[in-house]
This record gives sequence, C-alpha cells and structure tokens, in this order.
Amino acid sequence: MKNSVFINGIGAVTAQGIWRSELFDDAEELCQAINYAQQPAYKEVIAPAMIRRMSRGIKMGIYAAQQALDEAQVALPDAIITGTGLGCSEDSEKFLRNILDNDEEFLTPTSFIQSTHNTVAAQVALRLQCKGYNFTYVNRSISFESALLDALLQLQQAEENQILVGGVDEVSDHTYKLLQLIQEIKASDTKETVKASVTPGVNYGEGATFFSLDTQRSASTYAKLLDVTIQHRLDNSDLSSFISDFLKANALFANDLDVLLLGYNGDPQGDSYYAAVEDLFPHASPLYYKHLSGQYDSCSAFALAAAAAVLRDQRIPGCLTWREQSFDQQPKTILVYNQLKGKDHALILIQAC
Amino acid sequence: MVHSGIAVTGIGIISSVGDTVDGNLQALLEGRHGISRLQNFDTKHKEHILVGEIKRSNEELAAALDITKPHNFTRTALLGAYAAKAAVASAGIHDVNSLRTGLISSTSVGGMDYTERYFYEYLHDATLYPYINTHDAGDSSHKIAEYLGLEGMVTTISTACSSAANAIMMGARLIKSGRLDRVIVGGTDALSKFTINGFKTLMILTDDYCQPFDNQRRGLNLGEAAAYLVLESAASLEQEGRQALAYLQGYGNANDAFHQTASSENGEGAFLAMTKALKTAGLDPKAIDYVNAHGTATPNNDLSEGRALTRVFSDRMPLFSSTKAFTGHTLAAAAAIEAVFCILALRHGVVFPNLHFQQRMEELDLIPQTTTVYRPLSNVLSNSFGFGGNCSTLIFSKA
Repeated sequence: MKNSVFINGIGAVTAQGIWRSELFDDAEELCQAINYAQQPAYKEVIAPAMIRRMSRGIKMGIYAAQQALDEAQVALPDAIITGTGLGCSEDSEKFLRNILDNDEEFLTPTSFIQSTHNTVAAQVALRLQCKGYNFTYVNRSISFESALLDALLQLQQAEENQILVGGVDEVSDHTYKLLQLIQEIKASDTKETVKASVTPGVNYGEGATFFSLDTQRSASTYAKLLDVTIQHRLDNSDLSSFISDFLKANALFANDLDVLLLGYNGDPQGDSYYAAVEDLFPHASPLYYKHLSGQYDSCSAFALAAAAAVLRDQRIPGCLTWREQSFDQQPKTILVYNQLKGKDHALILIQAC
Repeated sequence: MVHSGIAVTGIGIISSVGDTVDGNLQALLEGRHGISRLQNFDTKHKEHILVGEIKRSNEELAAALDITKPHNFTRTALLGAYAAKAAVASAGIHDVNSLRTGLISSTSVGGMDYTERYFYEYLHDATLYPYINTHDAGDSSHKIAEYLGLEGMVTTISTACSSAANAIMMGARLIKSGRLDRVIVGGTDALSKFTINGFKTLMILTDDYCQPFDNQRRGLNLGEAAAYLVLESAASLEQEGRQALAYLQGYGNANDAFHQTASSENGEGAFLAMTKALKTAGLDPKAIDYVNAHGTATPNNDLSEGRALTRVFSDRMPLFSSTKAFTGHTLAAAAAIEAVFCILALRHGVVFPNLHFQQRMEELDLIPQTTTVYRPLSNVLSNSFGFGGNCSTLIFSKA
C-alpha cells in the first residue's frame, strides 16, 4: 500500500512577487525578453553579511524554502531535493570571468564555492541543520519534475515522511545574452506577450518555488500529489498514449481531468504539443502560466504551485486562462504538462483533497 | 530465492588508466597509475599540477564513436557516450528501448570545457553558436541518450563529487518502484580550467602525486573520466536465467550540514551515509570486506572520512584503499568509476592498493591496503563525498 502525498506548504520568489494568496489576482502578464523576479527583503531570513555574498538564486531558494516550511509548520524536513537547469549561474560566470580576465591569477574561492549546482540545497540544509537526504537534479526543463518524482517515490514508499522539494533558476547576464544570440530568448527590444509572440525566441525569467510535501494531510494542505512521469523523446503522435497510460496507471479516465495546465511559451514548435493535448481533452479547461513566470528551466515548479492554488481555492483565476471555456464544475483533477522544444516531456497529476 | 538487491548487468568505463574495463583492471592490478602532466589544453598551472588526464583528444574520441563533423559534443559528452556505449554493450543490450529503459547521468563540469574556451568569442563568431547550448549539465545526458537512441526517462544529478553515487541510487529507486525495468546510471566529467583554478584557489591541489590517508598528504590530483552501470531488477534477471555481474545491495545519502566545502571534524555526514547504506543492505559492518574510500588526499577529507570509518567499523576496520592515486579525483564521475572498481574487486577477489602511502595519519590508527591482495570478497562499500556536505555510500555484493 502506497502512502498518499500532500502539498502542505508553498513558497516562492517570482516575477509576480513572493508567494501569497493574492498572487494571481495581482499578476501582470510579462512582455519583456528577460524578466527578473521581484526580490523580497531577505534580512528576515538571511544574515546581512551573507546577503551580500549570495547570488539571487541562493537567496531566492532559501527564502522560498523557508516560506514553504513555515506554511506547512515543518521545522526540519527529512530530506531536501532541488531541481535547477543552470544552477548557480551567476557565481559560475563570475569565477569564469575572473579566470579569463586575470589570466588565471588573483582568484578568490567564494564564487567557485558557490558555483556548484547543489549550492541551494546545501545552503538550505546548512541553515536548517538538516542532515537527511539531499539531492539536486540538473536536467533542463525537467529538473524540477525529477526532484518531484524522487520525493514522491520516497514518500509513497514510506522512506521519508516530510520532504522539501523545489526548483530554482537565476538570470545571469552573459549566459542569457548568449541565449539571445541563438534566439532561445527574444531580443532585448521586443515587447511581446506569450499570446502575441511573433519574433523568434521566448520571454525568459527566473524564480524559486518550493513545496513542503507530507504523507499526512494538515490544515494547510493544498492538494494531493498523485503522480509524476518523465519521458525524453516522444513523437506528437505518441502523446495520446503517453498521457492515457499515465492516467490509467492512476485509475483515471480522460473525462476525469478538469483542468490542463500547459507550458505555452510562444515558441510555435513547442506549443504545438500543448495544442495537441488540448485537442485530446476537449472537456478540460486549458490554463497557462509562463506568461506570468517567464520561461526558465525549473518554471514548472511555479506551474505546480498555480495548480495547487486552484485546487485549494476551488477557483480559477482569470489570468491563468489560456482559452475561454465554460466551466461549471469544481476543479478536482489537474494535469500539468511541460516539455521544451519537443523534448523532455513531463506530466504531473494533482487532485483536490 | 530472489536476490534482494538490484542487479548490475553491464559496466563501461574510460579513465586515465584505461579506456576499457579490462584496461582499468590491468592497471589497478599492476599498480600503474594514470597521473601525468596536462596535455590537452593550456593553463598557467600546467607545470605545477599533476592530473589524471585521458590522453585521447576530442577528435580521437569522436572518431572512436563514429561521431562525424559538424557535431557539438563537449568532452564531457564524448567521455560519457564512450563509457555508456561500452556499458550497454557489456550488458548485451541490442535494442535499448526494448524494455522501459532510463538514463540517470551526472556531471559537475557539464559543458564548461567549451564555455571557458569560447565565453567571449561567442559574441563575435556565429560559427561557434552550436556550442552555446552545450553549457548546461543536462546537455551531456541528452547527447548520451541520443547517441544510444534512448527514448525513455533521462535525467541528470549534480551534487558535486558525490554525483554519480546519487545517480546510481536514483536508478535503483526507479527499478525498485517498478517505474523502470532497466537503467543506465553513472557520471562523466572532463578536466577544465574552471575546476583546476577552483580547486587551486581552495589550496587543495598538490603539486606532486596525491597520497591518500598519508600523514604528509598535501592535496588532490584532479582527473577526468566517465563510467556507467546498467542496473536491472534482480527478479526479472532470475526469471530470464541471466547472470548479474554483481548486486547493488545498499545505498545511503546524508548531508554533513557543516560547511559549503569542508567536511566536519567527526565526519558526521559520512557516518550517516555509511550507516544508512548498511541498513538498506541489511548488513552488519563486519560483513563489509573492503572499503573503497573517497580518500581524495586532502588533509580535511581523509581525516574526516577516517574518523567516520572508525566510528562505523570501530576496531574491526576492513581492508580499505583509495584508488584516487590511480585516476585522480574525477569529480562527478568518481563514484561511477569507483563503483566499477568495486565490482571488479568482487568479481576477481582482489583489493586494489592505495598508492603512495608512507606514513599513518597521526590522529588515527588507520593504515590503508598498500599492495594488491587477492582474497574472496562478499560485500564492498564505496564512499563519495561532495561540496555542499553531500555524502553518499554504495554497497555492492558478489553475484
């Protein structure tokens, strides 16, 4: 018998500000090519001397992690698992610039020390004195889903009871500039929303979103996490069986899905997969989120937070609507689907409690 | 009776001591290390460090893999594809998608070797653009998956120098939960200016051959390598009447929660990781016949690990050695190449020597095995620790 897994706390630092109940009511659609997360005052959670030394990714991660734990009233989780596509990019860049600009001389170790991909998970563990399991996944757009799957398996199999899991990625100037050169990110002077995207590339962003997962339901529970799956390669024609097999494994039928949360980002190639999924589930309401978070490797963590909020509040904020659809029942089951440029397909299934 | 562990059915490796499993075994048995001066790229520190470098150029590796130009494989991806291909062949897999097969890889350097070469050049040379998107850690895993034609689950772990142990652990979890039938697990890391300078600023690179567990040890030699294991469920293997090379019997991961880069004085994280691994293996410490230590030869690691070993094994310390004096510290790949060494140790009943050891650490009564010794081994334990307090232990058992 598998344990059930509940989302009991959420924390986030996003382009829409920190995680709060009004986030989606206040949200504004992004139209810049590169969108920074609104930074909170960190001094409540991080010592001032540390704030100066830490990159935004580390600070956002620490803040979001603490917010999630606080909401779930967990002081010390059993394990910490993070996902990040580019890791501590700012420190990597800084150390590399120092190597190249100073011809390998006069280097100091701080930025090297903070450049490893697992720095956020390590710093959270250090703060909490959490000596449990500590993993960091780094596989582009499914970095977060990998972390989530790991957490789910351990909780279901009763290896652990409370796991802090999150995704974090930060803007770093040079790396994002290079991604603009190859038209992954839109040019700096464009002002296009996801829906109005015409030029090559997509709007990028940054952020950290963390979850306190638990095998026990509590007063702060948002939703139940049913399942996660990941597939590297998938033809458009195999999408239907990929999703129906996943639903079947969870004893669900197509009609059980009320809401689809899709990763539309304005890239026609990738978006065609989302359109295909919409066609497969004509009765489900299609929502999107990257117009609020921006595209970054671990932005699907923001998607899960949005889905969890919809289920807890039993209300779909207008800003998430991709396509108007009359919706009369209460949202019960949400499928979150993400992929990037047709690779690394991930499904997350969550249900109202 | 169905074996309770996870079966290892294939292994593949490339390191500075050899580019085949057999080549690595021969070097280990003969006590022949792969530490030398750096040749493949330039760095100011060239004359002041020794490295475990694979002497084949990127062009030679690509040719050996039939990867033709134009391609954008980084060295990390080339090494990874080389070792993963060998692992798949060793497991006798003809169609990598015939069962639900995954790839859990790991790297710390990723595509940094090309990023550090073209960081500024990218801005004014469009012919280099294909390498821009090879910087991230996931790129090497994607390249390996595509090289193998693998379509199933692919992901990557990066927990610094314990990365591959964690990839092996996650692979085992995916098999145990029934999510996958078969999984290719391991890690790959190329040498780079970035890591050489990083470890240099931390003042933990020696200018000589590294001396794990020696009282006079002065730091580590960096290395590069890749290794992969094929894991399958023991049950399905037995149903089909196939043989395992060894079993992954236990695993444990813990965080030292002491410092971003230094290990705690009493080796708390290492102690917890070993204790967890013994528990999942269902073994007493006295059942361990050999420990392949992390043993980087930095003053801090070896003392901290030594203390943790003493706490776990007390006065019944099994034979132990660090093989890093052979290969250098290959970062994310270290736990994967050392997993291969542990499997070879089990299969051939041999403990590999801890090279360059002369004098016991004054703080502890610990003397590593310094010569090749043959004896039957049932269970071997392998440690890997990384920045961020990441501590991992794997236990392999004889098939």
